[in-house]
Amino acid sequence: MNWRAIRAIYLFEMARTWRTLMQSIVSPVLSTSLYFIVFGAAIGSRIDQVEGVNYGSFIVPGLIMLSVLTQSVANASFGIYFPKFTGTIYEILSAPVSFLEIAVGYVGAAASKSILLGLIILATAGLFVPLHIAHPVWMFGFLVLTSVAFSLLGFIIGIWADGFEKLQVVPLLIITPLTFLGGSFYSISMLPPVWQTIALFNPVVYLVSGFRWSFYEIADVNVGVSLAATFGFLLACLAIVWWIFKTGYRLKA
Amino acid sequence: MAPIISVQNLSKTYGTGRKALNGVSLDIMGGEIFALLGPNGAGKTTLIGTICGLVNPTGGTVTVDGHDIITDYRAARELIGLVPQELHTDAFESVWDTVSFSRGLFGKPKNPAHIEKVLRDLSLWDRKDSKIITLSGGMKRRVMIAKALSHEPQILFLDEPTAGVDVELRKGMWEVVRALKATGVTIILTTHYIEEAEEMADRVGVINHGELILVDEKSALMQKLGKKQLKLHLDAPIDTVPPQLAAYDLALSDDHTKLIYTYDTRAEHTGITALLGDVRAAGIRFHDLDTSQSSLEEIFVSLVRA
Repeated sequence: MNWRAIRAIYLFEMARTWRTLMQSIVSPVLSTSLYFIVFGAAIGSRIDQVEGVNYGSFIVPGLIMLSVLTQSVANASFGIYFPKFTGTIYEILSAPVSFLEIAVGYVGAAASKSILLGLIILATAGLFVPLHIAHPVWMFGFLVLTSVAFSLLGFIIGIWADGFEKLQVVPLLIITPLTFLGGSFYSISMLPPVWQTIALFNPVVYLVSGFRWSFYEIADVNVGVSLAATFGFLLACLAIVWWIFKTGYRLKA
Repeated sequence: MAPIISVQNLSKTYGTGRKALNGVSLDIMGGEIFALLGPNGAGKTTLIGTICGLVNPTGGTVTVDGHDIITDYRAARELIGLVPQELHTDAFESVWDTVSFSRGLFGKPKNPAHIEKVLRDLSLWDRKDSKIITLSGGMKRRVMIAKALSHEPQILFLDEPTAGVDVELRKGMWEVVRALKATGVTIILTTHYIEEAEEMADRVGVINHGELILVDEKSALMQKLGKKQLKLHLDAPIDTVPPQLAAYDLALSDDHTKLIYTYDTRAEHTGITALLGDVRAAGIRFHDLDTSQSSLEEIFVSLVRA
């Protein structure tokens, strides 16, 4: 392994995070706070408890997931798309690094940022609603797994995208709907039966469910299934990344 | 001496069906400066890109110091520094950071003293903390060279290194290249400026339509293909070339004061003795004469047109 290369890419990407601190950290925190004010305080006060948890607290895991998913995809896709756009990717391609090292560097940095962001949002949420975390280790585990899996997805999107427009389209048209329909703001059991079945095809359901379980021990699907689904998604993304570097898809002429 | 880079029957056909390289075979010797000449679209950049890992070859093999560029890419790439033709730089990083990043990327431990030396050699030291976006084009070009040299490569590829660089800087860059050669670095450069090849290169390769037309020692090439011109400075201007000299390849200068004779140094008989005798017989007197060798550029143009 070329550890120095991984370190160089990772630190390079993290430096970008610190440089763009406002848009990377501050804006998601602000938008999450707005969600809490609107859904938690304003609307939430009219909603009774969901499965024994007050509504404001119930949406915390979903809201964190919403930000983590969106930001993972956005950061990782931009991180690899930008060198492609400016042409500086030549250096990565001509360096003695393997696909795995490149992916670990870029995805690691994007995931680190997402994990950090998730924890910051969690702390912010604590200011608005009472929080209880039943399984902190599992909570952190799910956060890490999700951040890594969706940063990998973002990495793939960044390689696939050949314009800024495509970079926007996937998060906007796929990630956001999946997250909203993935039980961020409600329990799947609140849906009509047909939609409950359909919802099971949404990978985000498993993430949110597992993540919520680590907080309140309530889940839409079995936590083991959640874990397996998240792992499966991660492996699928890894396989695609491996294929990309093997064939040079969208990277090499 | 074993070649440091060995290209065997290399081919590249792009997805569009365009054949950029057509069975190129080439050996680059360790420590030499090799200039690759060719018109735009000839395949120079594709050849370099393939050796460096930016382009997947369609056929053929390349080894760098014995390491295959596909199966043993790590060992091969560690030896190579690449400066591509286009100005591809980061924007918001500092010069120091971007050059240090390159060193890390190539798996080398930190060495601030080496980075400092590279930056000083390229006159970038006083801008080491500047963001790249604030630099001029010539400076950005030098930043790219600094990045390529950051990991102490044994082989340096310079794709059009002095495009868009002013004369003084270009001379400075030549000095850097010579200094590198003195330390044993092998340098492969492509250039538009023929005088650059003429000034720098030990050997010259000419590529056109994806095929290597010719590879030779620069001096041998010039000697082999070089035309020479003999200029006779006339005592008095003449209106036309006298008919008794029509057998020679003669031209009259615009101001009618010089007779210009073009001959081939490869020819067994250059015809100079006979010409001078006939000039004298025609009653033309001259007070001076000089000869000049045709430049690489002329050689190049005649090759590519052929």
